[in-house]
Amino acid sequence: MNWVIENLGFIASLLTDHIVFSLVPVVIGLVIAVPLGWLANRAGFGRAVVVNLAGLLYTIPSLALFVFLPAILGTGILDPVNVIVALSVYTVALLVRTVADALEAVPPLVVDAATAMGFKPFRRFVAAELPISVPVILAGVRVAAVSSISLVTVGSVIGFGGLGQMFTDGFQRSITAEVVAGIVLVVVLALVVDGILLLIGRLLTPWDRAARAVAQGATA
Amino acid sequence: MNFLGWLFDPAHWSGAGSIPQRLVEHIGYTALTMLIAIVIAVPLGAWIGHTGKGGFLVVGSANGLRALPTLGVLILLVQWIGLGIVGPLIALVLLAVPPVLAGTYAGVRNVDASVVDAARGMGMRGREILFGVELPNALPLITGGVRSSVLQVISTATIAAYVGLNGLGRYIIDGLSTRDFPQMIAGSILVALLAVVADLVLAGLQKLLVSPGLQTGGTTRRVRALATRSTDTAAQAA
Repeated sequence: MNWVIENLGFIASLLTDHIVFSLVPVVIGLVIAVPLGWLANRAGFGRAVVVNLAGLLYTIPSLALFVFLPAILGTGILDPVNVIVALSVYTVALLVRTVADALEAVPPLVVDAATAMGFKPFRRFVAAELPISVPVILAGVRVAAVSSISLVTVGSVIGFGGLGQMFTDGFQRSITAEVVAGIVLVVVLALVVDGILLLIGRLLTPWDRAARAVAQGATA
Repeated sequence: MNFLGWLFDPAHWSGAGSIPQRLVEHIGYTALTMLIAIVIAVPLGAWIGHTGKGGFLVVGSANGLRALPTLGVLILLVQWIGLGIVGPLIALVLLAVPPVLAGTYAGVRNVDASVVDAARGMGMRGREILFGVELPNALPLITGGVRSSVLQVISTATIAAYVGLNGLGRYIIDGLSTRDFPQMIAGSILVALLAVVADLVLAGLQKLLVSPGLQTGGTTRRVRALATRSTDTAAQAA
């Protein structure tokens, strides 16, 4: 505990790094996964390709991907960009499938109703299909965010791991308190972010709560 | 493309620390971990699924695992137990158990209630139902859990090279300390290949083990179509 109190400044700067390293990839990954998922859902053949490719990318161990990416990107092997790109790749791999599944589950009646109201395909996607898919996509984003927060720490082996540096530093200097504090902070950060995402989901889908209230009123 | 030179250098294919040796070590750690994890997780998951007691713990442990940083767990166990294989092995088992446990639990739990009723109606006892009906029906989810566990273990065993374990991760860690980047990249390619091949082999094994009636594909769809038709007629009759 003393170690934590004496090193609050160090921990705070690692925490900031950690949040950037783990959450920027989730945002990038989501922005890429939505159009890809849309494409996968539209074209039957494309779906098999996208889903299988995503599955393949997801099997690649994190440390291997961190080290292997520079060979493809031409970045330096110890460049923090590698960690951000690698985690974005995982997020895309996870979310493409979720987005495709979520869009597939949109009731055809809703799509038909939007079409009948004169919505062109793009507007129909943005204003009807995507909002309806929010709960399922958000469940995927929560998994991606929590995984990303935990995976960043692996980057500390090659020098960029946010809070993971508390593990490598604690290992090299034999400070168990530092390692334990690191684990606790990572888990707490994951829980907090998960909770915030859950809240965002509630705010994004007010109709869901209204429907639940109506259902409760009906049974009461 | 230096790493290709490293990868195909004959000197790296025989002797101490050669690619075949590291590969065998890596597969050995993974196999040993999975053996221990399956012996712990399958009976426990089956019991919890069969009795329905403590299910929330299983789901919680599987979800909580995602947040747990593997490197931190490895280092903590090595600091407690000391260098050697035991600390990392405990960490690997710890990370391998939850997916298998959750898969077995969910598999047994989600067996169609009418199937279990039918087995009971035929006079099968609790134990017979578990081994003859519930576990075979749960196999797709159990093997699914094993697959994600194996990937997790291959990945974590790589990181465990940082705390002194052998295996393919050595190339990445040793390459880093000597700034031998071709070695690092070659090592990471080998690890990625191992993970992809292991997943493909397990997918094949899954196909062999799981009863054809339970697999997604032509047969299932036909069975499901038949099932819905029969329930429709039943509904009409009622």
